[in-house]
Amino acid sequence: MNKANAEPISPAAAVSRAKAERVTRKKRDLMLLWRLLLLVAVLGLWQGLVSLGMLPVFFFGDPGPVFAQVWHWFQSGEIWPHLWATLIETVLSFVVGTVLAVVFGLLLSLNDFLARLLDPFIKAANAMPRVIFAPIFALWFGLGIWSKVALGTTLVFFIVFFNVFQGVREVSPVVLANVRMLRASRKQLLRHVYLPSAASWVFSSLHNAVGMAFVGAVVGEYLGSARGIGYLILQAEGTFDINAVIAGIVVLTVFALLIDVLVTRIERRLLIWQPTKSTSEKARVET
Amino acid sequence: MNHLTEPRVLDSTFNASLDSLVPAVPPQVAALAFEHVSCTFSHCADDDGYTAVDNASLSVAPGEFVSVVGPTGCGKSTLLNMAAGLLFPSSGRVLSFGEEVKDINRHATYLFQGEALMPWRRAIDNVSAGLQFAGVPKQEAAERAQAWLARVGLSGHGDKFPHQLSGGMRKRVALAQALILDPPLILMDEPFSALDIQTRQLMESELLDIWQADRKSVLFITHDLDEAIALSDRVVVLSAGPGTRPIAEFEIGLPRPREVAEIRNTERFVALHTQIWDVLRDEVLKGYEQSKR
Repeated sequence: MNKANAEPISPAAAVSRAKAERVTRKKRDLMLLWRLLLLVAVLGLWQGLVSLGMLPVFFFGDPGPVFAQVWHWFQSGEIWPHLWATLIETVLSFVVGTVLAVVFGLLLSLNDFLARLLDPFIKAANAMPRVIFAPIFALWFGLGIWSKVALGTTLVFFIVFFNVFQGVREVSPVVLANVRMLRASRKQLLRHVYLPSAASWVFSSLHNAVGMAFVGAVVGEYLGSARGIGYLILQAEGTFDINAVIAGIVVLTVFALLIDVLVTRIERRLLIWQPTKSTSEKARVET
Repeated sequence: MNHLTEPRVLDSTFNASLDSLVPAVPPQVAALAFEHVSCTFSHCADDDGYTAVDNASLSVAPGEFVSVVGPTGCGKSTLLNMAAGLLFPSSGRVLSFGEEVKDINRHATYLFQGEALMPWRRAIDNVSAGLQFAGVPKQEAAERAQAWLARVGLSGHGDKFPHQLSGGMRKRVALAQALILDPPLILMDEPFSALDIQTRQLMESELLDIWQADRKSVLFITHDLDEAIALSDRVVVLSAGPGTRPIAEFEIGLPRPREVAEIRNTERFVALHTQIWDVLRDEVLKGYEQSKR
């Protein structure tokens, strides 16, 4: 017993793997350098064109004051309540939208009648440009965070909903039959087969969903609010302070990138059971 | 089709030798009995449908290992799915230990041809799944699962996810997962067909070892005649589909315990192989002709 395919990795293979890792790390560092160079070049071009008077400062801003503005926001601590508001709105939009989408997705994918009944309505609702609802949400939920959460939720909902729906529909019939043969009740099927399967699809749409929650929050703020990065940008626009507008956009971008990195980490932990490209390749080489 | 003129080959020479090996079993309820079972699939209301199984009768005694061989696509899996209660006959009945199978067959466990493990569960959690569904306390379920993993030679691999295991290892996990529920009837649908020949022989002999320990009833479906003879007490040949049914059966009567790799060279094995292949060949050719059409 236990003869097949259980050999440990040979020392030679370990050495060559370490070597390969070193090479990829070197390549990665080099790429990072190139990317930094590109960033510096773009900023330099911007600065140069503005300094030479080829771009009007009034419309295109000036890199120096832009970064001074960012620095000022963080140094004075002025920015924190705004960042916090945007973060809370993003997280709430994501959570509410995802929970609703999972519930509806499971309900519809397991009930053919409901699915067929609601199909055209869901397609219509998804086709609607939901940003248009922002003023209506502002009327319903006021100018506080809930109108932004509502907007973000409508954006997140459809992404996650379609993924859950697909996830349940694509459960392997063999796995399903097997679990039924293991005497799982209907409730246990839902808990141990449909949910994990749907979850993997939800996680794979995590980046999109979080991104949309963020868009919902910022657009909501931009259209009417008293706090948030969107609000900061709106204020700056009101006084034609193009440097502050660009500074706001820079902060937004960095913030979005940070969220994306966080999501990638979470995703990696949650989807540990899924074969990544490298491990499945490794398995193939070893067998 | 004319049901009466179908050949029904029952080999008497091997019957005799079998009697001397196995003590006469008292008349018992069959572990599994198909009684004139037909199964028709219809995709739309106005067509006649495709008859996968037509008037099939077959039974498996308690403790008996029965293999079913037949040409590809003849409806072997349909037969097994009806035994499992995943599919229901259009006419006739399927009985398991005297009870008609009307829902998932509670006496049976099923080893599937394809990948049936839950990919999001570690090996050990896959093995303990059945116990968990039955409400066995977590600690006890984990201990029993660990014991079963050891039994299929995977003690050290409990923490791995299915994708981290090789095909043969996954099959062993599936075997442990199915057998941990200790059902009296095991249904197997070409469980080893996706494995390479060495792993396959290993798995076959492991299966025989496990089966030998507490003789369960087994209905084993395969298209590999060697495998069928090496493992079984009885081999049933199915006709080519559509409308398949058993057309011949052979008592194997090779002494147990058997060594799967060596038994293939014995005289009796070769004789049986020739004999069964004579019947099977015609059906395989028929099946081939039909698939070409």
